[in-house]
Amino acid sequence: MPHISLQKVSIFYGKHQALGNVSVDIPDGQITAIIGPSGCGKTTMLKSLNRLSDLNEEIKVQGQVLIDGVNIYDPKADIFALRKKVGFLSQRPFPLPMSIYDNIAFGPRIHRMNRREMLEQIIELEKHNPAEGFCCADALKEGAGHRHHERDIMVEYYLRLAGLWSEVKDRLHAPASRLSIGQQQRLALARALAVEPEVILADEPTSALDPISAQVIEKQFQQLKKNYTIIVVTHILRQARRVADYVIFLYLGELVEHGPAAQFFNAPQDDRTRAYISGEIS
Amino acid sequence: MKWRKLEEAIFKGLMLFSLASVFVVLVLIIGVVAWKGAPAINLKMLIELPKGGYYLGGEGGIANAIVGSFYLTLGASLISLLLALPIAFALQREYTRRSVAQFTRLMLDMLWGMPSIVYGAFGFVIMVYFGLNASLLGGIIALSLLMLPIMVRTMEEVIRMIPLELKEVAYATGATRLETTFAVVLRQALPGVATAVMLAFGRGIGDAASILFTAGYTDYIPKSLFDPAASLPLAVFFQIGTPIPEVQQRAYASALILLVIVLMASLGARLLSSRFSRNIVR
Repeated sequence: MPHISLQKVSIFYGKHQALGNVSVDIPDGQITAIIGPSGCGKTTMLKSLNRLSDLNEEIKVQGQVLIDGVNIYDPKADIFALRKKVGFLSQRPFPLPMSIYDNIAFGPRIHRMNRREMLEQIIELEKHNPAEGFCCADALKEGAGHRHHERDIMVEYYLRLAGLWSEVKDRLHAPASRLSIGQQQRLALARALAVEPEVILADEPTSALDPISAQVIEKQFQQLKKNYTIIVVTHILRQARRVADYVIFLYLGELVEHGPAAQFFNAPQDDRTRAYISGEIS
Repeated sequence: MKWRKLEEAIFKGLMLFSLASVFVVLVLIIGVVAWKGAPAINLKMLIELPKGGYYLGGEGGIANAIVGSFYLTLGASLISLLLALPIAFALQREYTRRSVAQFTRLMLDMLWGMPSIVYGAFGFVIMVYFGLNASLLGGIIALSLLMLPIMVRTMEEVIRMIPLELKEVAYATGATRLETTFAVVLRQALPGVATAVMLAFGRGIGDAASILFTAGYTDYIPKSLFDPAASLPLAVFFQIGTPIPEVQQRAYASALILLVIVLMASLGARLLSSRFSRNIVR
């Protein structure tokens, strides 16, 4: 049973149809790229997966989005639990208006995680996903008894996981807005990971970044896909080729083709896909 | 071509002229009030209550009006702030439909434009109906009515400038509307909130018409909310109307004190809002 499954999903902005009758299963533990030209429904589709699209009062969603078999558009669905499960990275990184430390601690705080839960989460996570140069057990011994010790460890762990720790460890309490934009995006990744999502949605996460920061983010994704299902919207074909295991191609709100990356790029079935890949349409 | 350059020069000249005239008016106002009032200012005036025959040139000071003005305006600022913040928050798109919010804005703008004597008259009618005398409480309520729309509209303009993407970050983490409002919106809008309070404070402390009937005037410092309260604008008003030159000079001195209070509050708000800007995301 796939983690995420869209069944006959159509999305309307007022009378305008942004996405038409999309049915697709998104594979677990892989990077899925949603590609296609601008204005073809990529972001709309992505934001429908954690119901961020709800913020637009004119939007209407038909069909079902099943996550672990539960339709997230069911009126009884718990939207806050959904968003905890499905993390999100926006196109332009926005740090929350608080310190670097508080940006990471924000999620665990609002979800009222206590010290024990934080600790258990990290120990569990460390088993499959060790952050470089970090050992939770050692860190625990080091500052035992300190008041917010567990939270400190958690913040460090996620900053390491996002590859940001070494750059910010000396200024954890400085405003996050002073980070460079590439650092802000990695902070956003760490912040999203800190609520322990199972899925990560990313809306053109590198489009505002310099090439080096972009590379760092892509590398993090490759690391993370072992433990998370990642869905990336991109209109950079080369990026899709580099990172994607599975590709979904949208054109003018229609799902044209989807399949494993190798098959999609080497043997596309649809004429429009061929035209898009060869660069005839963009 | 020549004509277009001339046009450019004429309009630049016009702008500079307008700018200069605003500046000149400001300097003139402060200059005239200071020139006419400064000689009458002394410590006695600031700390003593009016003694017998004060309004005919006798001994004493206007401590009653200074303290009265602070009581009235601080009280009204507090009440307005407690009401204005929730209203400004509620006008966000997450809470209120756009049409309703627009209508509320229109109402608030009408209230903002209402002449303050109307608030005074309205307050007076209410007080007569309930058989109340002119009192500090009555003045505070009338002033709150005057200050509330200024605060709400100013805050709300700032809150509306906050990019939706910034709020999305919090929502995507699983935050509720309330958590997002406090963690993101309030923090981000804090400098604007400070400005709004200041703007309303300046308008409130300088207003004579709304408190003329509601707070009354007295030579004493009010001991309870139900005592009448003096105020600086009315002190100016009563003293400037006499034929005695010394008393007229005291009117200018009172105006100067009022001016200094407003300028200091304005400066204070500036300092405060730059402190609050530390974590702001631009």
